[in-house]
Amino acid sequence: MKQLDPMVFVVVFQEMLGPLFWPLIAFILVGALALLVVLIRDGGVHSRRLIRAELIGLLGGFAAVALMMWVTASSPGDLLGGPIDWLLTIAIWVAGVIGATMVAYVGLSLIVRDNSDHSRAFRR
Amino acid sequence: MASKSINSLSRRSLLSLGAAATAGILSRPASAQARLATKARIVIVGAGAAGLASASRLVQRLDGAAITLIDARKAHFYQPGFTLVAAGLKPKDYAISQTRDYIPAGATLIEDSVAAFEPEQNRVKTTGGQTIPYDFLIVATGLQLDYGAISGMETGLIGKNGIGSVYAGPEAAEATWREMARFTDTGGVGLFHRPDTEMKCAGAPLKYAFITDDRLRRAGTRGKTELIYAAQNKALFSVPIVSEKVRMLFQDRNVRMVHDHVMTAIDPGRKIATFRTPAGSQEIRYDFVNVIPPMRAPKAVRESALAWQTGAFAADGWMEVDMKTLRHKRFPNVFGVGDVAGVPKGKTAASVKWQVPVAVDHLVASLSGGTSSEAYNGYTSCPLITRIGRAMLVEFDYENNLTPSFPGIIAPLEELWISWVMKEIALKPTYLAMLRGQA
Repeated sequence: MKQLDPMVFVVVFQEMLGPLFWPLIAFILVGALALLVVLIRDGGVHSRRLIRAELIGLLGGFAAVALMMWVTASSPGDLLGGPIDWLLTIAIWVAGVIGATMVAYVGLSLIVRDNSDHSRAFRR
Repeated sequence: MASKSINSLSRRSLLSLGAAATAGILSRPASAQARLATKARIVIVGAGAAGLASASRLVQRLDGAAITLIDARKAHFYQPGFTLVAAGLKPKDYAISQTRDYIPAGATLIEDSVAAFEPEQNRVKTTGGQTIPYDFLIVATGLQLDYGAISGMETGLIGKNGIGSVYAGPEAAEATWREMARFTDTGGVGLFHRPDTEMKCAGAPLKYAFITDDRLRRAGTRGKTELIYAAQNKALFSVPIVSEKVRMLFQDRNVRMVHDHVMTAIDPGRKIATFRTPAGSQEIRYDFVNVIPPMRAPKAVRESALAWQTGAFAADGWMEVDMKTLRHKRFPNVFGVGDVAGVPKGKTAASVKWQVPVAVDHLVASLSGGTSSEAYNGYTSCPLITRIGRAMLVEFDYENNLTPSFPGIIAPLEELWISWVMKEIALKPTYLAMLRGQA
């Protein structure tokens, strides 16, 4: 009787986010595209910038968990209900880290243009 | 205190994480099928969760049918949200929207109520005097909260003198929160109970006892309160394994349990509730009470030929439908879905989610001259909140089997954050998608 339909996820996310749904999708797409453009422009990953972005990303992970707690009126102790709660918390944190790192990397690349060769760890 | 604790809707709007955890809840009952051309007249009485979901699914399945919804109420209530409103976590507007926003293109809404069902003549009569004939009828009227059955009780008392009642509507839920918030300041005796009739969301009375306990602990006044849960029989919940778990939790939280107590009267002046018990009439004094009235089928259904004529569901007039197909046992062109259906389990939105596609499939099969093998197994779901921030995702069927959507991942009888997260952020969007026939 039950069958999983991916479209249901899309519909439910639309209901959840309301008018923010499409702007958020656009933000994610533009962000991913901007990262690609920056990587092509710089000819690879800029290691120093990546480390800075990752440091910001770590904070982004905690921000994501904090946001989730705020949205759901939860307190820190609630996150320790069982192993699945730890996994959910970690998943939210990781998602926050990845998202914030990408945003920070693009942001730093647009603000600071450092072309010094020694700072490039990986070149294509 | 109330305004401080009520979250703005923007919290929900901001959220994008965590919904991936709702895979099972999001599973879709039936795949899309080719639309059937028909001129059938289908009348749906009641434009609540079950009526709207039925209309949306019928529009998807039929081409050319005249689908008419009848409901006098303009506002649509997201009833699963009432508990959150009464917990001080959401404003009342969280549970209010407009019925017209969910009427699918291709269906018509008549803003009137049905005064009489005449299934022998295949027609209904409205309060406004219209006679509306049908080829198929879906009854989704919901149920009637019979506050008058508790002597001394009326809805005007909700929010005064320590009387709360979560079920009566969004305003009542918010008024209940105000009284509960006041109670968490003053302390005293908190009284919780449930009626001995069938009822919608039988977990809600338990949830509210747990939430009140949590609020008292947060306010630092649990020490000067006594919480009493007066069960209507010897159990706390109809599913034995869940009942036993709730007993353990109540014991852990120091909630005193009394059994075989059915509320018959309330004295708002003296703050005393009277219960019928095997030992005779018993009085319990309260400082805060969550009154839950007996629930029955609406009068028009109860007094029609659609109601059960004998058996356990006859007294309160629930509709005599087959528990697996939701088709009326004596009038095969009539279906009953949602709260009004006289079936052994589940007067919840989760039940509606699984009942409606089954009933619609059987109706469509009848139109096409075929048969349907779809069957409703009694599935229902209760995110049983045990404190703010934790819930047990209890899912079960007619047989009292636990039917977890995530076996081995989300334990149904554990107080988990993930279950709370689902209740808080994913269930309302899923519910709204259900109204639109998309989930």
